[in-house]
Amino acid sequence: MVSPAEVDAALGLELLRGMWRIRAFEERVGQLTRADEVHGLVHLSIGQEAVAVGVCGQLSSRDAVYGNHRAHGHAIAKGAPLAALMAELMGRDGGLCRGLGGSMHLVDVEHGFLGATGVVGGNVPLALGSALASRLAGHDAVAAVFFGDGAAQGGIFVESVNLAALWALPVILVCENNGFAEFTPRSAHSPVERVADVVAPYGLERATVDGNDVDAVRRAFAGFLEAARRGEGPFLLECLTHRLRGHYEGDPQRYREAIAQEEWQRRDPIRRLERRGLDEGWLDDDTPARVEQETREEVEEAVRVARESPYPEPALTSELVYA
Amino acid sequence: MSETTMLEAIRTSLAEAMRADERVVVLGEDVAAGGPWGATAGLADEFGVERVRNTPISEAAICGVAIGLAQSGLRPVVEVMFVDFVTLALDQLVNQAAKAHFMSGGQLAVPLVLRTQGGAGQRGGAQHSQSLESWLAHVPGLKVVMPSTAADAAGLLRSAIADPNPVVFVENKTLYFRREEANGSEPVLLGRARVARRGRDVTVVATSRLVSEALAAAEELAREGIEVEVVDPRTLVPLDLDAIVESVSRTHRLVVAHEAVEHGGFGAEVAAQVQSAAFDELDAPIERVGAPFAPVPFSPPLEDAYLPDRADVTTAVRTLLRRSA
Repeated sequence: MVSPAEVDAALGLELLRGMWRIRAFEERVGQLTRADEVHGLVHLSIGQEAVAVGVCGQLSSRDAVYGNHRAHGHAIAKGAPLAALMAELMGRDGGLCRGLGGSMHLVDVEHGFLGATGVVGGNVPLALGSALASRLAGHDAVAAVFFGDGAAQGGIFVESVNLAALWALPVILVCENNGFAEFTPRSAHSPVERVADVVAPYGLERATVDGNDVDAVRRAFAGFLEAARRGEGPFLLECLTHRLRGHYEGDPQRYREAIAQEEWQRRDPIRRLERRGLDEGWLDDDTPARVEQETREEVEEAVRVARESPYPEPALTSELVYA
Repeated sequence: MSETTMLEAIRTSLAEAMRADERVVVLGEDVAAGGPWGATAGLADEFGVERVRNTPISEAAICGVAIGLAQSGLRPVVEVMFVDFVTLALDQLVNQAAKAHFMSGGQLAVPLVLRTQGGAGQRGGAQHSQSLESWLAHVPGLKVVMPSTAADAAGLLRSAIADPNPVVFVENKTLYFRREEANGSEPVLLGRARVARRGRDVTVVATSRLVSEALAAAEELAREGIEVEVVDPRTLVPLDLDAIVESVSRTHRLVVAHEAVEHGGFGAEVAAQVQSAAFDELDAPIERVGAPFAPVPFSPPLEDAYLPDRADVTTAVRTLLRRSA
């Protein structure tokens, strides 16, 4: 678990490796989607890795985390094994969810990843429930839920924020504000630019940070987490970020502005941390390439294992309707 | 023999479940104060407001919180005041609760009970009188329970709370205050029909309020020598098809009766399953009794005319006997 101290070599490497693991995994997923080995609607978080890593690195498997439709990074950062994750995206029996969930519905109970959802905002109240369960049991476990800025315009979001604040639940709402709700900019969806402002009347403690700076995410989250462990809450952490890929794989992205895209490439969270490490001297010149190479090998091994997993038997469909 | 009501039976059953298992928590609008009908009266005094938890009027969030509680090891019983408002929580019920076990490859379970009540007859108008159980029964992953007596309500509720799946427990507001003999609250297994009356001529499969209407029709027809068997499936999902087919194979005639709109109602599913399983046993086409294809009207004489009742069951039975004579 990452401690909220200064970034040193050990922590810096851990953060870098965490982000590279997601990047390498998702770049491979993009290729495999085009090769029709990974199926269905696939939403990549490339460019947003700092949020998942900055948050999940500080949580344990007892803490419940929920993700949205763009959740590969959330699951990986929470500890989901890459091979089972890849097998899931391929629809194989060895997948995290035995091939019954797919990219938008990942679950890894062992590591406390209680679920992604394909319905925008749909599992925000579930995180409240997990937080309440922890309180009723007298534990110090917390709950966190990732969602995009698009979720803030849904009724369930407002209902959940109200309830979380009313009951002062130890839940941390993590908004990945990437400025786009599917194919349109936030300005076309809401006159409120910042999601932190949406929740302001409810009195939540909240922060808006540069979501492409993994250290900034980590520090802000650490403060909230410490308080949530004491049973305080709720909190909202808004991370301003940018997805470097389309809404889904295959999105023609006609809505992109070329200049902005160039600027965001420059702010790529992985490159930024690498530059900082080199500047501050806790990273040497060879390490970034080595970390990249090692995570790409890890992903290739995951692909190999996933490909060996068979498709589930057709009977599985009727077997798992009821517990 | 002492008397009870369905409401009293539900309240007692809830309290017993909460005493037996500290994971059981109750949440909903005004539940700590007893709720609008009194189904949760006294629970907050005994178990505290942490376990009997008032909520704002946020059906979707309440249901979502309950799913999160269930996924994290508790046994929530949510009250949605009217089944008409389940519409507001359908994403939670249908997309989250019903599919969590399946989509997680069996990792998650959602042991959640959603208690609600439906039905017309109290001049509530079209938004407080519906019978929407067929929507819920259409969704794989949900179980759907519709008690017609106090004893069944108590026993089915115990089983629903113990069940590892999301269960929608649909009560009927007109049955709440009827006085019945108290028969304790032994758990009643989900998926077991009850034969409410034996008869050799016609089987009437009836749910919820229509069970007592069917029994009244049977009483009237018995005076003419027509013996009606009344079968209450008690749970729509899982459905005790075997019990229904067993009855039909003795009577060779079937009426399916419910208060919900007949069009697309659960009666159509029962009819389809029975003709598929036991076509050769049938001496006549299956008759359905249900409400017309219209919202529930407010005006009292119109509402009375709209509601399926014992006269409709009697007519359906006579029609069947004529066609199979």
